[in-house]
Amino acid sequence: MSMTCWETIQAYGLRSIGIGENLLPRSDFTLCQQFTLIGSGMIWNLYFGVLALAAGFFLANAIALARSARNPLIRKPAEWYVFVFRGSPLFIQFFLAYEALVMLPKGGVDILGIHLNTAWTTRAWAGALLVLFLNTAAYSAEIFHGALKSIPKGDLEAAEAYGLTGWKKFIRIEWPTMLRLGWPAYTNEAIFLFHATTLVFFSGFPAFQQKGDALYYANYFADKTFNPFIPYPIVAFYFILLTLAVTYFYGRVNRHLNRHLPSNIRSKIRLRPQLIR
Amino acid sequence: MFSYCTDPKALSDAVWLSVPWLEHSFLTKWIVDFINSLPWFSCYLTSAKHVDFYWSFLTVLLLLAITAPAALGMGFLGATAARSHVAPVSWIGKVYIWMVRGVPDIIFFLFFVIALDQAIEYSKSLLVCDGQAWPWQGLEFRVCPEAKVPLAKSAPFWHQAYGFFLAVVTFAIVFGAFVANVLYGAMQAVPRAQLETAEAYGMNRGQVFRRILIPQMWVYALPGLGNLWMILIKATPLLFLLGVKDIVYYARELGGSKTQAYEYPHGDWRLWYFLGLMVFYLVFTRVSEIGIAKLTRKLSHGQATAAGEALRKAAA
Repeated sequence: MSMTCWETIQAYGLRSIGIGENLLPRSDFTLCQQFTLIGSGMIWNLYFGVLALAAGFFLANAIALARSARNPLIRKPAEWYVFVFRGSPLFIQFFLAYEALVMLPKGGVDILGIHLNTAWTTRAWAGALLVLFLNTAAYSAEIFHGALKSIPKGDLEAAEAYGLTGWKKFIRIEWPTMLRLGWPAYTNEAIFLFHATTLVFFSGFPAFQQKGDALYYANYFADKTFNPFIPYPIVAFYFILLTLAVTYFYGRVNRHLNRHLPSNIRSKIRLRPQLIR
Repeated sequence: MFSYCTDPKALSDAVWLSVPWLEHSFLTKWIVDFINSLPWFSCYLTSAKHVDFYWSFLTVLLLLAITAPAALGMGFLGATAARSHVAPVSWIGKVYIWMVRGVPDIIFFLFFVIALDQAIEYSKSLLVCDGQAWPWQGLEFRVCPEAKVPLAKSAPFWHQAYGFFLAVVTFAIVFGAFVANVLYGAMQAVPRAQLETAEAYGMNRGQVFRRILIPQMWVYALPGLGNLWMILIKATPLLFLLGVKDIVYYARELGGSKTQAYEYPHGDWRLWYFLGLMVFYLVFTRVSEIGIAKLTRKLSHGQATAAGEALRKAAA
């Protein structure tokens, strides 16, 4: 059974989401198979990363604001939320979430006469996404909170001098400045969230019918061939491309946020390591 | 552990405290039930396997105690190499620093553990096997039995110790790259004027490096190193992925539901075990955070930085 590379791509290009060949290759692994399947797994890394970041951004803004609130009833829960998610390993958070979700009644729950099915929450696409969403929201909230605190006093005084107060001051001055100051750090957060998506299928959440992410397939090949020198560099290659793409996209946004400033005081994006959380 | 633990089956039925009139109220009944379950828990939590579990926390601490200085050493070498005036040496240093940036570190962890193991066994096979062929044959990695590390007949302890050793080296390589990144930045941050003044005093390059650059870079490196320490703490559950019997391994083992065939039958308690681990990590990172803040304060004393200036003003 030898396939051309094009046939391999047709058979395995969407394997990670259950389309195409059902059985994974078992012997005579070709380079093309490894590139295709691992690339197919990247669909999941993109799925988790993009959705968690997009949803997490909104929660992060809310939490950052709550952290700056003067009322302790609002501030304290936000502080605890950030502390719990930043102070413990993501690995443990995945395990914990999975065990907690498994404990939900199998047949579903009835709330106010509506029957809610709960089985899907233990699947990676929902459960792991929830954890990643809550996790990135906590890290981003800390970044935005820091940015909120470092808004120059002069900017706020100038806003007041123009008669801007309350919500108007926030939406026209504070929020855009917060985003601009926090954006370089937030870019790093985005990159490392994408890296963190590789943990999903290694902690708690099982891959049904061998539908996994890039690292899942790389690990599959390394286990089968006893040769780590091909699959792992392939995942590394894909992730370098992804990192470049994220840096480019966030760089464009950063340019947009800094567009009104003279070039010498614009904030630049510098990659800082954050690795496993 | 305790003398009454010899027959665990009898414990679950034993009633230590029986106060019938207390059982009418929900709360007091709960308290009585709680007291009656204490002997069972005191035996359960001191079973041999639980004692192993408690020791495995020491494994985590041991990993941190070995890895932190090793990574610091690797990082120092990497940063020094990256600053070298010899081009190839500086390239090696820079590639090492950049290597972990674009790629998830878990890939390095999974890669290095197998790659190191195979490199060690292959090198050993060249010495001890006669006529060693290229070991990657088809779908296996084959060396002669004498070249296995540790040997198949070795005690389980050595297999564990070897796994732990591989994990430590892997952690040191990966975290070394992160430390190198921080130290490289810190070395660049030391004011140029300090180094030039030292040169004007007639110090050679080595002397400037040792007497001026190294002592001054720490205050710039500390925030980054503190951050890395927290990350290192939070990376320790990865030991489980690397095949070491660490706290995650035991939490899964002990928490899984136990049928009547076991001494202490119980339902699926993994959630509670993982909650315990979570609390352990939260306390650990919180204590570290406080410690780092204190250290930063101490190191900032008398430094020409904003933090040093703030300390000076507070004292005045």
